[in-house]
Amino acid sequence: MSDYQMMVDAYQEAGGDDIFSDSEVAHVVLERDKILGMHAVEGLEVEADKVEANKVKVKVTVRAGYKIKNPVHMCFGVLPKEGKQIIDMNVEIEKDAQVEVRADCVFPNAVKVEHIMDAVINIGEGGSYIYKEHHFHGDNGGVEVIAKSDINVEAHGKLVTKFDLLKGRVGKIDFDYEAEIAEHGTVEMLARISGQKDDLVKIRESAHLNGESARGVLDSKIALKDQAEAEIYNELTADAAGAMGHVDCTEIIKDQAIARAIPIVDVRHPEAKVTHEAAIGSVDSTQLQTLMARGLDEEEASEVIIQGLLND
Amino acid sequence: MSKLLEVKDLHLKIEDAEILKGMEFSLEKGEVFALIGPNGCGKSTLAYSLMGINNYHPQKGEMIFKGEKINDLAINERAKKGITLAWQEPARYQGVTVREFLSLGLKSKGEEVTEEKLKSALNKVAINPYQYLDRYVDKSLSGGERKRIELASLILMHPELIILDEPDSGVDVVALNNIAEMINYFKESGSGILLITHSEEMLKYADRAALICEGEIIRQGDPSDISEYFKSFCGPCVKEEECETEVAS
Repeated sequence: MSDYQMMVDAYQEAGGDDIFSDSEVAHVVLERDKILGMHAVEGLEVEADKVEANKVKVKVTVRAGYKIKNPVHMCFGVLPKEGKQIIDMNVEIEKDAQVEVRADCVFPNAVKVEHIMDAVINIGEGGSYIYKEHHFHGDNGGVEVIAKSDINVEAHGKLVTKFDLLKGRVGKIDFDYEAEIAEHGTVEMLARISGQKDDLVKIRESAHLNGESARGVLDSKIALKDQAEAEIYNELTADAAGAMGHVDCTEIIKDQAIARAIPIVDVRHPEAKVTHEAAIGSVDSTQLQTLMARGLDEEEASEVIIQGLLND
Repeated sequence: MSKLLEVKDLHLKIEDAEILKGMEFSLEKGEVFALIGPNGCGKSTLAYSLMGINNYHPQKGEMIFKGEKINDLAINERAKKGITLAWQEPARYQGVTVREFLSLGLKSKGEEVTEEKLKSALNKVAINPYQYLDRYVDKSLSGGERKRIELASLILMHPELIILDEPDSGVDVVALNNIAEMINYFKESGSGILLITHSEEMLKYADRAALICEGEIIRQGDPSDISEYFKSFCGPCVKEEECETEVAS
């Protein structure tokens, strides 16, 4: 079987749709540093080049005024048990352009795999970029993900990122996202992660509402069991009149899991407002016992509550 | 009618406070038995004890369901035997849809989940399935909507004993009428209903009633008599001066 087919199979097993033969859907398929597939559509340009061993440079540009109809699919991964993938990503959403990207990162056999993503994203005036990243790491816990993004949202621009890793092991995840938001721009960063065994989750998300009436939401929901650990650092700053934001971090822990939430709220204008909410604890007993009164055992009831939280 | 539930000499202490002091009553199949009393008299504690909720395990006495002592059974074991509780303030769940929530009771009984069953249960509680099946059972629902969805989940479980803890609290008139209809529906389906309330209005839906005061049943009998007694003597409580502690069986 070809590498391409194996990647597509792994992608579909992880829940991805069969879209790679659809000419109206843009896509990129990368296995380590191999560019296995690439397709663009009108208004959207995709370039991918291997720049050195294990490292690929990807540039995505959505031309001014284009609203890309179908979500762009990106499939990244490492198929062998061991390997490394470094992606140097540059995204340019030009003025009034819109696109949604669904990135699936699959490491189904990973025992010792590194996935490093370094992204620079610029969303032009009135542009919109929705980025949904779904990870599937297999059951070995042998994946280390290091992701860094520098994001700039110009006036009236919109950024939404949604990261989820809900099945299989996490391994180790270390995120560092930083976004600068201009006037009337919006940012929404969501993370949903389920950790187990000795998984380690470290998330640092910062958004700076620099422009008048900029809006921001940082929302993390994490469920941990066994000896898993998580540290969530959410920073939201507001420096201009009418800037508003909210930081929300909910972590459910079981067994010997450890969770830390560090919300930083920094407001430097009297007409700006940022709120925050953080809750760490076990599954709510009333929720649990209500489901048990429907006949579910404690483990089943707990799973319903945790999956609900992560699907929210 | 056969005895569905028997409660004998039930005592429960939480820390140093004695909440239930020798509670005794029984409930028949297809019967609505109301327990009325002022706030803090032990009504909800009794409901939690019967359901087996953590920290509400009686130190003395027996709870017998269809001839079997259930004191040591876990909540889900009691549920599988046919007992369930509708909480005064039903829990809300982020990210769990009405469809998923309603399906849980069916799945736990090993019954097939079909769209028709879910829609039929929602229609019975006057909730439009097309508008609600994909909504979350979270804070976006009003108190009345949440309670009606709770009743819909009971319809799907068709339990033999339903403990309704303050079903009328925090609901509007429309929801209240629906709750009354549901009490009749469950009764006609053969379920026994333990109706826990602090409102004498609810007693009109009961076949028998008992008045609880400070953890004890102080009077049992016809709902209209209990209602009259409750209205006359229980607000404000005058137990020490005027209550007759004899129990009319």
